[in-house]
Amino acid sequence: MSAAPLITLSGLTKTYGQGDAAFQALKGIDLTIQKGEFVAIMGPSGSGKSTLMNVLGCLDTLTTGSYQYEGIAVEKLSTDQRSLLRRYALGFIFQGFNLLARTSSLENVELPLLYRGMSRKDRREKAVAALNSVGLTTKHNRTPGELSGGQQQRVAIARAIVTEPSTLFADEPTGNLDSVTTGDIMELLKRLNEDRGITVLMVTHDDHVATVAKRKVVIKDGLVESDITAPPP
Amino acid sequence: MIWNAFAIAVREISRNLTRAFLTVLGIFIGVAAIITMVTLGQGATLAVKAQISSLGSNLLTLRPGAGFGSRSSSAGVSNFTEKDAEILGEQIAGIAAIAPVRTAGLSTIYRSNARISTITGSTPVYFQINKWNIADGRFFTAADVRAGSAVCVIGNTVRVELFGTENPVGASIRIGCASCEVIGLLATKGQAGMGDQDDTIIMPLSSLQRRLIGKTSEHSINQISISAEEGTESLGLISDITEVMRIRRNLHSNQDNDFNIFDTRQIAETLGSTTQLMTMLLAAVAGVSLLVGGIGIMNIMLVSVTERTREIGIRLAIGATAGEVLLQFLIEAVTLSCIGGLLGILLAFALCYSLAQVIQVPFNFNTQINLISFMFSAAVGVLFGYTPARRAARLNPIDALRHE
Repeated sequence: MSAAPLITLSGLTKTYGQGDAAFQALKGIDLTIQKGEFVAIMGPSGSGKSTLMNVLGCLDTLTTGSYQYEGIAVEKLSTDQRSLLRRYALGFIFQGFNLLARTSSLENVELPLLYRGMSRKDRREKAVAALNSVGLTTKHNRTPGELSGGQQQRVAIARAIVTEPSTLFADEPTGNLDSVTTGDIMELLKRLNEDRGITVLMVTHDDHVATVAKRKVVIKDGLVESDITAPPP
Repeated sequence: MIWNAFAIAVREISRNLTRAFLTVLGIFIGVAAIITMVTLGQGATLAVKAQISSLGSNLLTLRPGAGFGSRSSSAGVSNFTEKDAEILGEQIAGIAAIAPVRTAGLSTIYRSNARISTITGSTPVYFQINKWNIADGRFFTAADVRAGSAVCVIGNTVRVELFGTENPVGASIRIGCASCEVIGLLATKGQAGMGDQDDTIIMPLSSLQRRLIGKTSEHSINQISISAEEGTESLGLISDITEVMRIRRNLHSNQDNDFNIFDTRQIAETLGSTTQLMTMLLAAVAGVSLLVGGIGIMNIMLVSVTERTREIGIRLAIGATAGEVLLQFLIEAVTLSCIGGLLGILLAFALCYSLAQVIQVPFNFNTQINLISFMFSAAVGVLFGYTPARRAARLNPIDALRHE
């Protein structure tokens, strides 16, 4: 792994609130992630793992420290520039799916492409392909309310990968799913990582789920407690 | 980007039709109400003004008795004389024309048709003062007055009731106990605030006095019609007339006037300003309904703010910029408000058009009020639709996503 790292964090902190009510969720994280890794970020609840994920995904801002994404100093980007970074490089999967209500699967998956200004025909083609690739070959016109949790998460994954991002952020992607569906979704993420070379950062508190990842970073009280890369099988 | 945002906005509207419907409804009712009330109110004002001006815009009418609102009785007060009218015309500047008038209610008969009509005896100047036009035949002349000819002109209501479809000009009718030739038909004036103006028969004063009622004394004039010259201040004219008349009628300084002067211009102004006041009142009521509509919209927007904040969070998370999201919401709000506004204008147009015929006021399309209410509704829609979105779009995406 001699290439320049994808993500470099140094001394990253995140503080919520101000004055006496201030709460420091991240207390100085140093972390380097290479392109193509599958990293599980673990830790007890309240440890700051989700906060770290949100800052890494540019959904939240950091307080101090530096965050380089492919050599770009993220902390210096404007709000709109961070939007564009999300648009062109990052994909998200949430525990609660976060699909648009009353909107068909196909339209949900098309949405990121719409913001890229892609033509209707291209959008449709890519969205159908993305849905098929996550194993949802039917029900493209169903709205989230008409789909099971596993199916909704597949739609969300299709939406995240339809733009061919370099990094996929997954925040407890199986937190709302039963064990069988969890296995399916994890298998899907693993395939995306191995077959397409997409870097995957996944927050989870489930050890079993984390075994899919080659590297486990454990966060505790806002600091990196351990960082273990599993030996190749 | 704008086209994109427009496409997204239209798609979002179609996705939640109930919300869209309720938003549009609020604007729609408000706009329709305000335009209808103001348009009809203005129609009524115009109608009143038209009726007043058909009476003669600068007409003064002198009548015996203390007039409306006076405690002293008008019984026993003597009439005017022809000399009174003559003197007023000579002595007072600013009088364009003056006519002595005697009215009497008498039975009128043509063949088998009979009715009681008000007969007005005066001079030819009377037609000019009261802005009568002839529809057929001719007015009577000064010569007719000197000769005391048995001639008369009739109003349209009298024609309809006595003659039906027959041509009245040249026919003889019986008025009281004398026979009289109809020499002219007056052009119709229509209903005024004070009754049917076309229900009238006008004949030479001398003929009325000699042939019909018998001139018993000099004091046989029960009305003097005066038209003021253009640009004359009617209040000044009224006080001049009052002064002369008090002397003519030998009133002491401690006695009240035993005559009154009815000024059509004042009445016109009073009625005009009253109807204007009514219009403003109606507009205020309608304005309140627009405001209520606006509050309804605000409610709908606020109720959906949680859902919409999360929607904004999702859009931001997948790479929309705050500007793009706001543009979408702005277009949504403007589109809904404009649809509501346009529908409101259409309904108002239909309502005004049909109601104007029912309550008989002229229908005129007022561009100004349509524009104002449309702009206001658009502003309300945009304000309440856009402001919550603005707040949400400023949040970090994760805060918008977590909004509850």
